[in-house]
This record gives sequence, C-alpha cells and structure tokens, in this order.
Amino acid sequence: MLLVNSVKQFVTRRLPDALHRLGSPRLFFETSGRWLPWLLALSVGLLLLGAIWALLFAPADYQQGHSVRIMYIHVPAAILAQSGYLMMAVAATVFLVWRIKLADIAMQSAAALGISITFLALVTGAIWGKPTWGTWWVWDARLTSTLVLFFLYIGMIALRAAMAHRAGVGRACAVLALVGLVNLPIIKYSVDWWYTLHQPASFSLSRAPTMPLEMWLPLLVMVLAYYLFFFTAWIMRIRQLILVREKDTDWVRQWLASL
Amino acid sequence: MKFGRMKAQRRNRVMLVCLILLSTGAAVAFALLALNQNINLFYTPTQIVAGKAPENKLIRAGGMVVAGSLVRSGTGLDLRFIISDLRAAEVEVRYAGILPDLFREGQGVIAHGKLQDDGVFYAEEILAKHDENYMPPELLQEESQPE
Repeated sequence: MLLVNSVKQFVTRRLPDALHRLGSPRLFFETSGRWLPWLLALSVGLLLLGAIWALLFAPADYQQGHSVRIMYIHVPAAILAQSGYLMMAVAATVFLVWRIKLADIAMQSAAALGISITFLALVTGAIWGKPTWGTWWVWDARLTSTLVLFFLYIGMIALRAAMAHRAGVGRACAVLALVGLVNLPIIKYSVDWWYTLHQPASFSLSRAPTMPLEMWLPLLVMVLAYYLFFFTAWIMRIRQLILVREKDTDWVRQWLASL
Repeated sequence: MKFGRMKAQRRNRVMLVCLILLSTGAAVAFALLALNQNINLFYTPTQIVAGKAPENKLIRAGGMVVAGSLVRSGTGLDLRFIISDLRAAEVEVRYAGILPDLFREGQGVIAHGKLQDDGVFYAEEILAKHDENYMPPELLQEESQPE
C-alpha cells in the first residue's frame, strides 16, 4: 500500500513538478549551473583522449594509409549534424504542443550548434575525399542531402533573425524544423537507395563493426565525446540565451550582482 | 490520475505536428520517386550494355575494375580497363590522365565522360570509390597468408 501510494505520488505530483521545473528558465539555469563544470571537464577529457588515441595510436588503413584518421573527426561530426537536427526537432515539437519557453530557447541553441558541426562534417568530408576519391566534392545523394541539412540550419537562423521581436517567431521556426525533418531519413538511406560515390555507413551500434576493434574503439570514444560536447555546448548556449531573454527579471539582476 | 486525457487544444496541436510530418514526408517521397534515376550518380555497366545510358553526353559510369584488365599504353598516360558489376556486364573505359591513389584492379571506380557509338566509355575524370571497411595493413597480410 505504501509503495502504491508513493508511486502514485511520484506520477501525479513529483513528475509533473520535475517537468514543470525543467521548463522554468530560472530553475534550469540554476540546476544546469551545478552540472556544467563536470560536463565540461568530462567532454573535454573524452575529446582529448579520443583524439590522441585516434590520431597517434590507432593503426593506418591498408588502402588509405594515414588519411583514414580523418574518419575519427568526420564520422562523429556527420552523426552529430543529424542527431543535433533531431534534438532540435524534438524541442520544436515540445514548443509547438506545450508552448514551453525553454523549448524555444533549446531549439534556437541547437540550430547554432548544428550549423557549426554540419560545416565541420562537410569540410572534413571534402578534405578526406580529395586524397581517397580524387575529388573534393561530387553531387551525389549523400553529399547533396548533407548540404541541404546545412542550408536548413541556415534557414532556421535566418527565419529567427527575420522575424525577431515579432509574435509567433518560435512557432514559425518550429514548423520549419519539422518540415526539414524529412531530410534526415534521406541522408541516412541515401547510400542505400541510390548509386553514390559515398560508401555506406561505417559506424553503427546495430550492425557488426566494419573495422577491427583497435580502430572501432577510438571511433566509439570520439562519437561519445562529440555527443557529450554537443550537450555541454547546448546547455551553455541555452544558459546564455536565458540570461539575454530574462535580463530584466530580478533573479538575473541578483545573479549578475553576485558575480 | 489523468493519462491520455489531454486538453483538446493540446491534442489538436499534436495532430498538427503529425500532419506536418506526414504531408512533407509524402510530398518529398513522391518527388524522390519521380526523380529516382536523376539522383543516381552513375550508370552501372548493366544499364550501359542495355542501352539505358545516353550516348555522346557527359555522364558517369561506375563499377568494379576487372582484375587483369588494366592496359597502359607505355608511352604516355593513356590507359584502358574494363569495369563490371555483379551481373557480369562489362564496359571498356579509356582514359588519359592521372589516376587517384586508391585506383586498383578489383576496386570500385566512377568514370566521368562520354559513351561513344563504339560502346567504349571515354573518360575525362576517374574517381576511386572505396567501401566502408577499414583494416590495418598487418591484418591484411595475416589474412592472406595460408594457415
């Protein structure tokens, strides 16, 4: 009976409370502030570990030689370019349905991060393509759909800038984020649906690795490090935007005065 | 406890989100189906042999370089080789220029050029295609050595 009651209390009171709190910019700011130093240390540490392992100790490839090391930078960037968009679309859905202000801020922050990481994926891909394929760029389905992803992120930022200070800016951006979501399966399956220059996916948790463990493990560390870094940078950017949007409130003034 | 009893307004918004996703998904799916052949980067040897590739027009042909088919002219950069696919169709490719480092017999290539009346593909550019498998050189030697 006691257990049932506590479960009931958790579901009816604690959980909505927690969600409500997460949606409050002030409480998010205060809670994330306590987590941030740890997240920052962990993500930078993991990035350093992965980079040193991948760039100095992982073996070269039998065909590509040392050019294969670009993979450790390129593959996680390409994964995060797509995951970042998915997270942005989730934030957009939450904002559209529940009108939580924090979701709007999260959507805005994810766009800024996504654009940088997609740029990194495109640039490292070109640098890798030249010595292996023999070209910087080719208009195949994988490369072109990734470029479209880059333009979608640009569109998100441009739309927000164009509609700044107007009611409904968040809703317009959220709709654009959802419309662009259709591009994600196209990117993912482009190499299977059409003939492309780009090879099929090398990194997947659901299929057998396409490389020996001594190459796969540093790649796994890099993927995890990129995810952690993305989350950390996302939280930092959200906190910054919270301060900007709530700059006229008492708690922000008090927080600034306490610095 | 009130599960599944969302406010009408919220339920409408969820429907709106689903509608956006479904309608854009359907529109893009139809567009991609209509454009299917145009999205393919290259023609396969099977398509070329079957006459599905246009002649005397800049196109791309992709396939595996048949082992032992590479012939160099000896004097210049002229060379020719045969590309094939798993369906055993073969197309001769002629090219004069520098090949990418990863060009090898038994590996995938994509040639950019024109298919002439004689059925030979005259390439202006050759790109190397590699697969998603990576391996250190030592491991390859171990694998190729008999037990």
